Amino acid sequence: MTDLVLKAEKINKYFYDPVKFHALKDIDISIQKGEFVSIMGKSGCGKSTLLYVLSTMDTQYEGNLYINNRLLKGLHQDELSKIRNQNIGFVFQFHYLLPEFTVLENVMLPAKKLGLKSEAEIKHDALEKLSLLGIEDQAYKISSRISGGQKQRVAIARSIINNPKIIMCDEPTGNLDSKNAQTVFDLFKKLTHEQNVSVLVVTHDHDFAKATDRIIEMEDGYVIKS
Amino acid sequence: MRNAVIFQIAKTHLVSRKKQSIIASLGVTFGIGTFIILVSFMTGLNKMLDGLVIDRTPHVHIYNQILPSEQQPIEGLSSFSNAFNVINSIKPRRIQARIHNAIPIMNELKNNKEVLGVTPQVKAQVFYKSGSIEINGIIIGVDIIKEERLFNLGAYIIEGSAENLAHTENGIILGSGLAQKMSVKLGDLVQITTPLGTNMAVKIVGLFQSGLADIDNSQSYTNIKTTQKILNQSNNFITDINIKLKNLEISKEMAELIAKQFNVSAIDIKSANAQFETGTKIRNMITYAVSIALLIVAGFGIYNILNMLIYEKMNDIAILKATGFSGKDVRNIFMVQALIIGILGAILGLIIGYFVSVIIDNSPFETQALPTIKTFPVNFDYIFYVIGVVFAILTTFLAGYMPAKRASNIDPVDILRGQ
Repeated sequence: MTDLVLKAEKINKYFYDPVKFHALKDIDISIQKGEFVSIMGKSGCGKSTLLYVLSTMDTQYEGNLYINNRLLKGLHQDELSKIRNQNIGFVFQFHYLLPEFTVLENVMLPAKKLGLKSEAEIKHDALEKLSLLGIEDQAYKISSRISGGQKQRVAIARSIINNPKIIMCDEPTGNLDSKNAQTVFDLFKKLTHEQNVSVLVVTHDHDFAKATDRIIEMEDGYVIKS
Repeated sequence: MRNAVIFQIAKTHLVSRKKQSIIASLGVTFGIGTFIILVSFMTGLNKMLDGLVIDRTPHVHIYNQILPSEQQPIEGLSSFSNAFNVINSIKPRRIQARIHNAIPIMNELKNNKEVLGVTPQVKAQVFYKSGSIEINGIIIGVDIIKEERLFNLGAYIIEGSAENLAHTENGIILGSGLAQKMSVKLGDLVQITTPLGTNMAVKIVGLFQSGLADIDNSQSYTNIKTTQKILNQSNNFITDINIKLKNLEISKEMAELIAKQFNVSAIDIKSANAQFETGTKIRNMITYAVSIALLIVAGFGIYNILNMLIYEKMNDIAILKATGFSGKDVRNIFMVQALIIGILGAILGLIIGYFVSVIIDNSPFETQALPTIKTFPVNFDYIFYVIGVVFAILTTFLAGYMPAKRASNIDPVDILRGQ
């Protein structure tokens, strides 16, 4: 129990627009510390929906969600923001960097929000994360001026700046060529093994999923194999 | 630290959209600048117009009112004390023209600590004679140096000076219209005749122009002694006493007090010039209404631009929220932007407003009414600048709050899923 980074009990979610739709049905999953887990399933099976519920951003669900053994039910949005800031890193399919900021600033922002370290320390950390991903030479470029593969790596660097317990990714390799996809995969592998970070990836990529520690398969809102 | 990051994001947003930010700021600049110019200019004009009246009108004017006796003789008869007396066509009582005990009253008033100054006047109905022409008019005998000090008479003397009169025994300062009618100039002699038949020659030592044609065409000033001489009266013959108070606002109370204390008629400046206060109030109202309208327009500009910015920044907002920024943080990011726009715009507006006011202040403005004023009057009261800044910040705050609040309520899941 204490090793669980994330635990979901009987998660149910409905969409009401345009018609009532039962999107997630009695989902029970848990993720261990340092585990590399992928969620697979056909389009529309609810895997992205599940990811957003697990990410704490979507609060319209029934059931219990624990992060770091803390029940999140009933917490205020501001409190959830803090939990996300400290414990969860995000990587999205479309990398989502702030286009007017430099690469370095993008990586530094979540740490600045957390506000535990000085500016100089944060900068040092950010450069370290960027070099871990092999893009420290891009640090002072405006983030809209770098390539897609580089952007994705910046997004990963940003997701780990606060040393989160878990990284959640929505199709992190969906837009990348196989070489870049492999780099990203190796990186996650390294993070899970060396730094004991859990990684949860929603993906369509079978080869990617197969190489992870565990595959959670979904169909029609149910988890059919975990 | 956290505030610093919010400030940094806000700054980056503004700087990366220089053109939009500048245009939004200029909206505020325009509003505040116009407010400053309008208010300074309008209140300057108001002050000048009020000055026309207030400077030369005594705050309390003591005089002898011509009235019927309050107690008719019949009422004194005991045999009619229970009767209801009806008297038709009552006429005013004949009273002496001078104020009884004028000099003791003046001495008493001079010692009152609310009083800034007291000047005596002697008014006389006269005919001005120049050759065969006779013109009806009024001569006012004054203590010219005091009048100049208290009621700014010097500002209306266009030729000669108040000192000239003070130093000339039988001198006169003639109304400019009067001088024109009689075709006389400085140094000429004018014959004065009273209804009682006294004749006297006086020397023109100055000309004044008040801007009111009726006065300029009939009135003139001499020393008190000269007028007393014309009227064949002794030196305690004083028909009016003018009082200037330290505080204009208590003029009404003072007038009532003086009337009661000395048993004279006294009128205060506000009762005598009620229409002026109304005019000033309405002009101020128009000024403020126009200025506020301008600022509201500027506020809508900010509202619009922030709304657009937030629409463009949906993805950024989603990602900020996903990475741990709270709704409040997002709201503050946009509020900071609104306030930066507002403050920069306001400061620039104050500077522009000030410089345009200086230009107006130095623009030539000549008017018959005010011979001493050569440029437009502008009121450089710092309070307008304070009001301008406060209002600008208030407007931008309100204009920024609604879009910022909307940004804080954006659901990141909607944006992230939508792609």
